[in-house]
Amino acid sequence: MSEENNAIRLVNITKSFGSVLANDSISLDVRYGEILALLGENGSGKTTLMNILSGIYYPDSGTIYVKGQEVKIPSPKDAFNLGIGMIHQHFKLVDVLTAAENIILGLPGSVRLNRKAISAEIKKISSRYGFDIEPEKKIYNMSVSEKQTVEIVKLLYRGADILILDEPTAVLTPQESDKLFEVLKNMKNDGKAIVIITHKLNEVLAVSDRVSILRKGCSVGTVKTSETNRQELTELMVGHSVSLEIERPEINTKHGEYLKIVDLTCIDSDGHKVLDNINFSLNGGEILGIAGIAGSGQRELCEAIAGLYPVKGGAILCRSETPNGPVNENIVGKSPTEIIKKGVAMAFVPEDRLGMGLVASMDMVENMMLKSYKQGKGPFTERKKPRQMAERMIKELDIVTPGVSTPIRLLSGGNVQKVLLGREIASEPSVLLVAYPVRGLDINSSYTIYNLLNEQKKKGVAILFIGEDLDVLLELCDRIMVLCDGKVSGIVNAKETTKEELGLMMVHIGDEKGGETA
Amino acid sequence: MSRLFHHSPREGREPLIRMVKRPQIPWAKANLIRAAALLGALLAGALIILLLGHNPLAVYADMLEGSFGSKVSRTETVKIAVPLLGASLCVALAFKMKFWNIGAEGQIMMGAIAASYFALFHHQNMPSWLLLTVMCLAGIIAGGLWGLIPAVFNAKWGINETLFTLMLNYIAIGFEKYLQNGPWKENPNGFPKIAMFAAEARLPRVFGVHVGWIIMLALVVIVFIYMKRTKQGYEISVVGESKNTALYAGMNVKKIIIRTMFISGAIAGLVGFIQVSGADFSLTESTSGGVGFTAITVAWLSKLNPIIMVFVSAFLAILQKGSNRIQTDFKIPASAASVLTGIILFFMLGCEFFINYRLIFRGRKEKRNGYSN
Repeated sequence: MSEENNAIRLVNITKSFGSVLANDSISLDVRYGEILALLGENGSGKTTLMNILSGIYYPDSGTIYVKGQEVKIPSPKDAFNLGIGMIHQHFKLVDVLTAAENIILGLPGSVRLNRKAISAEIKKISSRYGFDIEPEKKIYNMSVSEKQTVEIVKLLYRGADILILDEPTAVLTPQESDKLFEVLKNMKNDGKAIVIITHKLNEVLAVSDRVSILRKGCSVGTVKTSETNRQELTELMVGHSVSLEIERPEINTKHGEYLKIVDLTCIDSDGHKVLDNINFSLNGGEILGIAGIAGSGQRELCEAIAGLYPVKGGAILCRSETPNGPVNENIVGKSPTEIIKKGVAMAFVPEDRLGMGLVASMDMVENMMLKSYKQGKGPFTERKKPRQMAERMIKELDIVTPGVSTPIRLLSGGNVQKVLLGREIASEPSVLLVAYPVRGLDINSSYTIYNLLNEQKKKGVAILFIGEDLDVLLELCDRIMVLCDGKVSGIVNAKETTKEELGLMMVHIGDEKGGETA
Repeated sequence: MSRLFHHSPREGREPLIRMVKRPQIPWAKANLIRAAALLGALLAGALIILLLGHNPLAVYADMLEGSFGSKVSRTETVKIAVPLLGASLCVALAFKMKFWNIGAEGQIMMGAIAASYFALFHHQNMPSWLLLTVMCLAGIIAGGLWGLIPAVFNAKWGINETLFTLMLNYIAIGFEKYLQNGPWKENPNGFPKIAMFAAEARLPRVFGVHVGWIIMLALVVIVFIYMKRTKQGYEISVVGESKNTALYAGMNVKKIIIRTMFISGAIAGLVGFIQVSGADFSLTESTSGGVGFTAITVAWLSKLNPIIMVFVSAFLAILQKGSNRIQTDFKIPASAASVLTGIILFFMLGCEFFINYRLIFRGRKEKRNGYSN
């Protein structure tokens, strides 16, 4: 490769945040006319590195070359002047403006807008790379994938020829991802340099030409995609060999129905139906997966069942143990405390771990107390039992922490999740709701979580698993329910369905698969 | 058209100053920075004193002399510190819940008014111990209710508590002025002031200072234990950290907000009672005297820790007493003395920034791995 073909060359880039060394002397090069995948687990420093490149962070040391020349990038504007554009996970668009208005926002020009010329230019870019974009459509009317398209066109319109995409498929359906990859390949063939940040191996293999792997802030190497495979990439990423199989124990059918949702409807503060006539049932000893594009009602469903989201209509029937044997209790309209008092043993691992499930500034002992602090007589809190519980949990779940008195915000994401899931499991639930339990976790922690859930399943706990990675849902769950815009578009047997089928159900409310299968 | 910005000749430069978050620094080093800040504050203050034409050393010595030198001055310093400490405890409870109660001033005043009512109109009917108990309870309840109002509005309808508590201050002070100029005026034809309390309505003294200082120190311990060791204290911390988490844990967030604000206001009401029956022996419009606002500084400087508040409020009391003294001894104007106090506080608050961040200037080469030693 000649020097001119190098779009970007990073040499010994180092960046630290406090005592955390996010990038430790990383060197990397990106070439024109190729797609480079930057692969690494959460916390391996991928996003930090790309933020340095796009001028959001300034490195502590190291050199950046763009097109063979040494440069400094103190601000995003400087990055742009060099032709570097970044698409973040959270889009930065103005909702009330049209696509075209967003695209030209911030560019110099005359006071009057020549909308025709702008639209023509956008159309030209779109047809060149195969985008599907309506310049006059307002952002708030757009789907996530359309918004992403606007972001990409925005960069191309401004002349970026080095594009960085941060986890671009996290919010897309499988079909939308494929379409995005097509576009990326077209841009590559046009000579652009493209970096995609990801931790999904399938994508890396599907779209990239080369893969650079980061681990714990260090670069562990760059390989040609055509000369590698899933197993090798995983080992490079994690540092040792791991089994990629997720276990799926057989369902024990003796437990019967633990949770039944009937015509559940919820309305948000704007009057929009976030849950629309949801019906399903959940048996003890099974894992029911919930799939859907982000924001299809998953969070509301969990919170409604847990008694945290107001319910407009319908019933949530939950098995509760009473002295006269189990009865089905309707828990709609009950607060979490009332639900516990009714004898319903329900545990909930919310999506927002540090903002809802745990208190970030408190230590493990105080977090153990969160749901049980009222137990015991008198005005004082009892800390001996929670302390023992925390100490036991550290041993049993291999939680890495300086001690039970360390604020849990200082723990890594995987350890935080172990604390939360560990506490919920310790309450011996019969129904366990888990929302995105492996989001942001490294591979080892993810597998620990899957194993913990399977253990609970074997014990006969009914588990509702909200996930985003379809591969994981397909391997771990017994049945999968797909939500689309607050409605159930189908419940399918996980062993018999495919990713493509789920993808279609995520965007269409089809009734050909509706109702109970499995 | 599309290449508008491209390849412009302007090249980025390294930023002039960068802020970098420090790793957690050891306790001793943090205190070293704080000590350095105090020294810096004294030096900056010395500069101002020099500009005013005085000897800084003599002025500082006089400040210390003024606040510690004699029994009278020591008593006076403690008398300044007591209400400040009480108001800080009030503020800290609410702040721990992230409920921005800046209405301690009004809550103190309402407590003082309620206590004064019994002191002025019922002192003949009861023995002293009973009268003082009734005054104390009246102050606590009145202060608590004054704190309750914004809490109820906030919990039920989400009304902003900062503005609400602030506005209630002016109502309380206005109410006092009305009483002083109208119904409670001592001499209908004379100067608008309220009568001095009878002897039965005055707090006894211990070691030359009214017994309020013992009450406050006891309260420090109680509030400390309440915040750290009780179920209610735990609830306050959780609500302050995240209301979502509190709901998730099955807490009744509205009830907790209302209850805590009652307690917070009640502490302020107690301060009001102590002020009128221990320090002033009467009700005036300066009974609260701004301590409700200074308490916010004390609470933050102490990181909401009641034990540290004892020292911080003592420190501020020394500053205030000392600056009163140099006004008379050196004819340094009151405003200059305030500037001096302000500078010292500025340094003390500002140093917290340097405990959390360090600065890197352009061109200064970074030591490799210098942060991980």
